[in-house]
Amino acid sequence: MIPHKQSVKDTPGKLIAVEGLDGSGKSTQIYLVKRWLELEGYKVAFTEWNSSVLVKEATKKGKKRKLLTPTTFSLIHCTDFADRYERQILPLMRAGYIVLADRFMFTAFARDGVRGCDPAWLRKLYSFVLQPDITFFFKVPVETAVGRILSGRPELKYHEAGLDLGLSTDPEESFKIFQGRIYEEYLKMAKEFSFTMVDGSESPNVQQEKLRKIIAKKIDLPKYKWRDRK
Amino acid sequence: MSAKRFFGLGLPNVDTSDLKGKLIVIEGSDGSGRSTQIGILSDWLERIGYPTLTVGLKRSTLVGEELDRAKQGNIMSPITHCLFYATDFADQLENRIIPALRSGFIVLADRYIYTLMAREIVRGTNPEWTKDVYGIALVPDAVFYLQVPPKVLAERTLRKNLVLDYWESGMDIRHSGDMYDCFIKYQSRIQQTFNAMQSIYGFQIINGNRLQRTITNELEAKIGEILRTMPPPAAASAASPELAKETK
Repeated sequence: MIPHKQSVKDTPGKLIAVEGLDGSGKSTQIYLVKRWLELEGYKVAFTEWNSSVLVKEATKKGKKRKLLTPTTFSLIHCTDFADRYERQILPLMRAGYIVLADRFMFTAFARDGVRGCDPAWLRKLYSFVLQPDITFFFKVPVETAVGRILSGRPELKYHEAGLDLGLSTDPEESFKIFQGRIYEEYLKMAKEFSFTMVDGSESPNVQQEKLRKIIAKKIDLPKYKWRDRK
Repeated sequence: MSAKRFFGLGLPNVDTSDLKGKLIVIEGSDGSGRSTQIGILSDWLERIGYPTLTVGLKRSTLVGEELDRAKQGNIMSPITHCLFYATDFADQLENRIIPALRSGFIVLADRYIYTLMAREIVRGTNPEWTKDVYGIALVPDAVFYLQVPPKVLAERTLRKNLVLDYWESGMDIRHSGDMYDCFIKYQSRIQQTFNAMQSIYGFQIINGNRLQRTITNELEAKIGEILRTMPPPAAASAASPELAKETK
């Protein structure tokens, strides 16, 4: 089922992904991992969801003008991901970097699955992608994550709130239901993709300590040191 | 009237049982006479009373222009290229093709997923994967592939544009530094891929290296047979004698 990976040559790099709801604390944690690794002198690179220059404008337009269906929503995000994957992630992996990804294909599986795309089709769509070496899933109660987002931001965007699903006409209410469903999708995937569960309600420094331990245990870090530094 | 179906897993929340129209695909490289024939066929269908919609690649509201722009930069890697086109295709499928078929239109597709798949296969993308991606596509009622020898394609393209197109010459694959060689090699490989797909998808190969009118007659006769399985158009009394005559 994972055909393209066979054609990928040697990838000495390591891939660490973080997944979880908006407001689960995953971006803070991956940022701290990045700081740790770069300050210690490792070859590290960071990449985030929905950021390819090539496709960004089209995605923005599609969202703004409400042109997207579940299928085109899924395809346009996959195009964005593929652009980043082929031009950035894969070359980094070939060059022996530790690649940190804030959200990976599991975000698409969860969101697009909730929107009604066939899970089997989604897995096939993303079958060109290497599996991460570690995927941290930040588990926090839906209410906590939603509360963090709602308290910090005045207005929810249409797709962000899942208003296209017609769950509720009230953005906040819709967001809550939508996030709840995404959370369910994530939990269903946890075993299939061997997520490493992180308790996102613990204090940030405690979480970070655990993350670093797991990374140091699973990855032979000295291999990834810059050789031209002390 | 046979019900429409999808190639693979299909589109979520789309019922295909009430798609009354017909989806007719014309495939062929640039210079094969494809777009000319589509124009003539569209005029003919409307003249005899069938509402007709033409769709084609890179024409979606969602990403049509963006895709065109991305191609100017020559920075797309193969999988990205494929997915960008798939997005463009899906947008037209859901917002144009399916609604038109539901209203009983004849949809003429100026290229369809076969061109997209052939291009990706020639560029080394896994054929099974492209097939899975395009599992969302509807199976057409007929596919006509206009085949023209690569040398003739080159002659015709140069007569029209004076230059060969970067992508249609497969310059991103760069078999050689000579653009003419690249064009011939790339178009030959596309044709081989189409020939291999022919038996799987059952298209009709039409010799495109003949007089335009001869090709039109052949296409009209074949499409006429498909139309016979449909209820006559609204202006039936005026149109059917002509249709009957033209499809003989």
